Amino acid sequence: MSILIDENTRVVVQGITGGEGTFHTQRMQEYGTKVVAGVTPGKGGQTHLGVPVFNTVAEAVEKEGSNASAIFVPAFFAADAIMEAADAGVKLIVCITEGIPTFDMIKAKQFLRNKHSYLIGPNTPGIISPGKSKIGIMPGHIHTPGSIGIISRSGTLTYEAVDQVSQRNYGQSTAIGIGGDPIIGLNFVDLLKIFKEDKDTEAVILIGEIGGTAEEDAAEYIKKEFSKPVVSFIAGQTAPPGRRMGHAGAIIAGGKGTAIEKMKALEEAGVYVAKSPAEIGHKVEDALSKK
Amino acid sequence: MKIHEYQAKQILSRYGVQIPRGEVADTPSKAREITNNIGPKVVLKAQVHAGGRGKGGGIKLANSPQEAEKIAQEMIGMTLVTHQTGPEGKQVKRILVEEALDIAQELYTGIVIDRAKEAPVVMASSEGGVEIEKVAAETPELIFKEYIDPATGFIAFQARKLAFKLGLKDETLKQAVKFILGLYKAFEATDASLAEINPLLITEQGNVLALDAKMNFDDNALRRHPDIMEMRDLDEEEPLEVEASKHNLNYIKLDGNVGCMVNGAGLAMATMDLIMHTGGMPANFLDVGGGVSEEAVKNAFKILVSDKDVKAALINIFGGIVRCDLVASGIVKAAKEIGLKVPMVVRLEGTNVEQGKKILEESTLAFYPASSMKEAAEKVVPLAQT
Repeated sequence: MSILIDENTRVVVQGITGGEGTFHTQRMQEYGTKVVAGVTPGKGGQTHLGVPVFNTVAEAVEKEGSNASAIFVPAFFAADAIMEAADAGVKLIVCITEGIPTFDMIKAKQFLRNKHSYLIGPNTPGIISPGKSKIGIMPGHIHTPGSIGIISRSGTLTYEAVDQVSQRNYGQSTAIGIGGDPIIGLNFVDLLKIFKEDKDTEAVILIGEIGGTAEEDAAEYIKKEFSKPVVSFIAGQTAPPGRRMGHAGAIIAGGKGTAIEKMKALEEAGVYVAKSPAEIGHKVEDALSKK
Repeated sequence: MKIHEYQAKQILSRYGVQIPRGEVADTPSKAREITNNIGPKVVLKAQVHAGGRGKGGGIKLANSPQEAEKIAQEMIGMTLVTHQTGPEGKQVKRILVEEALDIAQELYTGIVIDRAKEAPVVMASSEGGVEIEKVAAETPELIFKEYIDPATGFIAFQARKLAFKLGLKDETLKQAVKFILGLYKAFEATDASLAEINPLLITEQGNVLALDAKMNFDDNALRRHPDIMEMRDLDEEEPLEVEASKHNLNYIKLDGNVGCMVNGAGLAMATMDLIMHTGGMPANFLDVGGGVSEEAVKNAFKILVSDKDVKAALINIFGGIVRCDLVASGIVKAAKEIGLKVPMVVRLEGTNVEQGKKILEESTLAFYPASSMKEAAEKVVPLAQT
């Protein structure tokens, strides 16, 4: 099984006619994702990559039954795209776009409070349920179907973890990048709650990084409510305070959000914490053998 | 992005935030002229992007235009060392000359984005003049907070609540409310990530003014604020970081001697961590972007080899959708063009990894290939130490 997306998920790509949108829609189609519609305002009526293009997300939902969206529009228009998808009733919105202003995201999140959509991202590689569907930009071929859930704030570091897990012959149920920005949609706790209900997910890998308190919140939840084994790695143990480490959200501010604090909180919650990124696969083995 | 105190005050005053009378000077004679207009008692403040200026000798009082000129002479061009500048200090290019005010009370007010609440938070405290992190750690009950609903913005009653909690009354209370509302207006209108007034001054007459002002901005929103983008002071930044930002590379200079070039911010941080666990120290953070274009690799190479502290380098690329053979030829091309000055360990993973490795091996350049992150770190750390 998997969470949030599977072979029946019907995807609309917002910004399908752009360069990024085109390239990654092709990769998603190759992987087997059901891309049923595209949206580019003003280009409604065209067909792109064999998919009908609409002017609005509402039309894509009405005519093609889209229940998930992938957003590839430029940063200054991305919050607008998120709100449009939510307004159209799209259940799962995956925003790949990087560099959205914080105030735009604050407003978009406020808008989402009264809607029934899940948001993944922004600034994320997306979500993949191996062998079924991927919505995003991750390389499909490194993933294998299986029973490990992955939740991560990073992109390429997630691929590294997936690769280590796959090399040990463990596959993934679903892998989700939650995004590297300070204000995001689904967070660690939201997704742990969903993985908890998924019978086929045996263990979860949680890849965090410096900045914010998402990892501490996850540790608190795991301690109280989550009984499946959890393996974790926190990137940025060598990061200097006050500097933004590439991701807008990866910053130690006012002495808060250090890797050490996060690792400690997770260890206290019974999580298998990998000190080095090379140990992630090994820790998964450890966790599963002690189950 | 950070700006200077005088620039923050210019922005804030446009939104109704009261600031002391003053002007910026880049010569001693200009400092005397300003003092003639607003003095005779003035404060001269070194304009650098670092806190702790007072203790480092970057804030001084003058009682006459002549004295102001003399102090300005010493201050402009001096290297100011504070706990935030590092031991090498920062050169003072400009000073802010302001009227000296009598101080009845020093308070604090500041605005940041609260990530957990997903909203801006306006903070106020009676404990001004000290670092707010210290107040937060020791006496958190002395910091009052109001969260902003993005739909309504900051509402007057919220500003009143804060002002009453600070114990203000009458005319001072009215001024403080106007001040804090203005501060928020400026914060929102400029896409700021921080607006901090510390200390917030109450004069003997009960007037409310910003004695110091600090503003940082959301880098993602800068393109819609060209006026603020112009305030960027490149002299305040590490030259290699400025160079990197021109090529859209994320680069941060660190203290170690193992250079790294990685695709993706998370993997870049993890690579630094691995270097530390293997007994070395990273010389930098460098993210060439998830997509690893040939151009990005070339520019990143230039930056790595121009850092004198780098004794060996580790290139860690998890190709993913990008093909490793393309990445490998990009690396070889860049190395030939720019010249390999230090040993380089290259770890490639992802699509077409075998072809990529072959290209590196056949290049006749001194690359050390590695097939895992761990192996790469174990190879590069000893190379940096010899």
